[in-house]
Amino acid sequence: MDSVKIISGNCKGCGYCVVVCPKKVLEIGESSNKMGYRYATVARPDDCIACKLCAVMCPDSAIEIFE
Amino acid sequence: MKKHFMKGCEAIAEAALRAGCTFFAGYPITPQNEIPEYMSKELPRYGGVFVQGESEVASVNMVLGAAATGARAMTSSSGPGISLKSEGISYIAGSRLPAVIVSVMRGGPGLGSIMPAQQDYLQATKASGHGGFRMMVFAPSTIQEAVDYTHKAFDYADRDRNPVMILVDGCLGAMMEPVILPEYHDNCNKQEDWVLDGCRQREPRTVLSVSLTGEPQEQFNIEMAKLYESWAGKDTEVELYEMDDAEIVLAAYGTSARIAKTAIDTLRDEGVKVGLVRPITLYPFPYEVFENLDYKRVKHVLDVEMSIPAQMVDDVRLGVLRRAEISTFGRSGGVIIGVDEIVCEVRRIAEGGAFNG
Amino acid sequence: MDKIYGRPESIKNRVSTYCPGCLHGVANKIVAEVLDELELREKTICVLPVGCGTLGLFYWNVDMISSAHGRAPAVATGIKRCTPDKFVFCYQGDGDLAAIGLSEIMHAANRGENISIIFVNNSIYGMTGGQMAPTTLEDQYSTTTQKGRNPITEGYPMKMCEIISGLEAPKYVARFSMDCPKNIIKAKAGIKKAFELQIEKKGFSFVELMSNCPTNWGVTPLESLEWMRQNTLKVFPLGVYKEVE
Repeated sequence: MDSVKIISGNCKGCGYCVVVCPKKVLEIGESSNKMGYRYATVARPDDCIACKLCAVMCPDSAIEIFE
Repeated sequence: MKKHFMKGCEAIAEAALRAGCTFFAGYPITPQNEIPEYMSKELPRYGGVFVQGESEVASVNMVLGAAATGARAMTSSSGPGISLKSEGISYIAGSRLPAVIVSVMRGGPGLGSIMPAQQDYLQATKASGHGGFRMMVFAPSTIQEAVDYTHKAFDYADRDRNPVMILVDGCLGAMMEPVILPEYHDNCNKQEDWVLDGCRQREPRTVLSVSLTGEPQEQFNIEMAKLYESWAGKDTEVELYEMDDAEIVLAAYGTSARIAKTAIDTLRDEGVKVGLVRPITLYPFPYEVFENLDYKRVKHVLDVEMSIPAQMVDDVRLGVLRRAEISTFGRSGGVIIGVDEIVCEVRRIAEGGAFNG
Repeated sequence: MDKIYGRPESIKNRVSTYCPGCLHGVANKIVAEVLDELELREKTICVLPVGCGTLGLFYWNVDMISSAHGRAPAVATGIKRCTPDKFVFCYQGDGDLAAIGLSEIMHAANRGENISIIFVNNSIYGMTGGQMAPTTLEDQYSTTTQKGRNPITEGYPMKMCEIISGLEAPKYVARFSMDCPKNIIKAKAGIKKAFELQIEKKGFSFVELMSNCPTNWGVTPLESLEWMRQNTLKVFPLGVYKEVE
C-alpha cells in the first residue's frame, strides 16, 4: 500500500500539502468530493518518503501516513 | 433552638454555606459587601472556593464555570452589578446550569444611591437578561426568611437547572435580627449526566447555550416555557395578613411589607378594614390571589413600594383586572417609607369616598 | 505497514466546519495531539470562545463548555478551582481574548490560575465578517478600517505575549506560528510545555499561535500563508517570552 493516504471526503482542497511535500507526491485532482471541493490526490505514490510534512500541515487531519 | 443575632448579608452567606455552596465569586458593591467578605473568610473553612472576581462580569462567568462542574455556586451584587451580570445570567439560563444570584437593592438608575430601595423589581422579574428566560425570584421580608429562602434556593436551582434569585434591599442586608440557622448539607456536588468532569469511560459532553439553526433553539425555548409554567401552580408563595374582611388591600414585598404590616396594625386599631397581600415569590407572581379577591368587599388596592415609579404594580394590575381602584404609594432613591406615611395614605383613601354606593 | 500519523483521538472523526485552509484546523490538531500524548483527553474540559473557535463545538472530542465572548478565562477559573484535578484550557481568538476579554485574561494571568490558554491570533474578526481586531496590523484593511488601520484613531496592534509576560504570576508565555510544518512542530512543542506545566501544578501558561484568515483577508489559502510571512510575522516576533522553571 502507499505510504500516504488522503481521506478525500475530508479534504477542502486548500493546497497546503501539495506545496509542502518535498517530493511533489501530491496534486489537487480533477474530481470533487461531496462538499464540492477538488481534493488532493496522491499523484506519485512511489516518491513518498513518509516525511509526514503534508500530514503535519493539513488543517483537516485528512492525511494518513504509513510506514 | 439556638438563635443567632446576625446581619442580613452575613446571614444570607451563612445560609448558602449551610446549603452546601462550595463556590462563590463576587465583586464589591454597596450594600452587599458583607456577603463576599463573609464568604472570603468562611467558605475556605468549609472546603469551598472564594474568588473576588475582577468585575461582576467575571464573577458571574466564574459561577457559570463552577456550576458546570456540578458545584453549588453563588454570586451576589446590587442593581448596577446585576446589570453587568445580565449576559452571564442569560448564559447560565441558556446553558441549563443551576446557580443562586443574590441582589441587594439600592437606589437607581445609573450609579443611583447606595441606600436601600426596591428599584430593581422589573430587572429581577422581567429583565434580568436577554433571550426571554425566566428565573424564580424570592423576596424575603425578614432575615429569617432570607436565610430560609437562600437555603432552599439551591434546591430549586438544582431541581430546575436554572438560576434562582434572592431579592432583598439594603435595609435587610444591613440590619440585624435573631435567626435560627438551617441544617448543613454537604456533598452536594452533582454527578448528573450533564456535569463536566472529563470524558473517562463515556462520550464527551458539552455545556452550551448556542444553536446554529432556528429549530433546535425553538425546541429548547418550548421546553423551557413548560418549565417556567410549571412553577405557577406549585412554587408560588404569598402571605396574607389581616385579609379576612379587608376592604382596602395593600400589596407590598420585602421591607415595604414589614412597614405596611405595622401600619395595618395601627389602622386596624382605628377600625379601618385594611389587609396585606405579600408576594414572597415575585416570579412566579401570585396573580391568583389578586384575581380571587372578593371585589364586592375590596374597593381599593394600594401598591406600596420603595420605588418610583412603582414596578410591582404592573403585576398587581394584571391580577386585579380593573375590578378595584389601584393606586401606588412609595418613596425611592434610598428614602425608606415611614409607617406614618402609609397610615396617612390609607386614611386618605378610606375617607376619600372609595365606598360610594 | 503501520499508521504513523493520523487524526488524533482528541478531535472527532468528522470534517471540521472551518474554512478551507484555516489554521484553526492545525491549532485544533496539534493541541489534540498533545492531549493524546499526555493522556489528558479523559480529564480535559475545554472552554470555547465566541468566534470561529466556537465551531470547535463540532470538532473537539473532549468535555467542552461554550462561554460568553471574552469570558473564557473566568469560566475556566470557576472550573479549575472547583475541580483542580481536571485539565482545563481556554481556546480563544484575538477579538475574544484581546478586545472584550482583556480584563478576564489579564486577571486570570495575574492570579496565576493553573490553566492553559491557547490564543489564536489572525489579526481580524473572522466569524463576523472581517472587522478590525486589536491585533489587526497598521494599514491593514478590515471592514471597519476600510482605509487601513490608522494608529492615530485606532491605536497599534496589541501584542499579548509581551503584555502577559510582564505580569509576575505567569510561568510560560510564548508565541509560535502555524504557517509551515517547521513552525507547526515548534508550536506543538510549546503547547506540550504549557500543558505539562499545568499537570505539574506550576501555574498559568499562555501560548499564542499566529494564524490566518483567507476568507476575510481576501486571499487564497496558499496566499494567506505568504501574507503571514510578509506581514503578521514581521510585526509579531516569535519566541518564548517568559519561562519559569
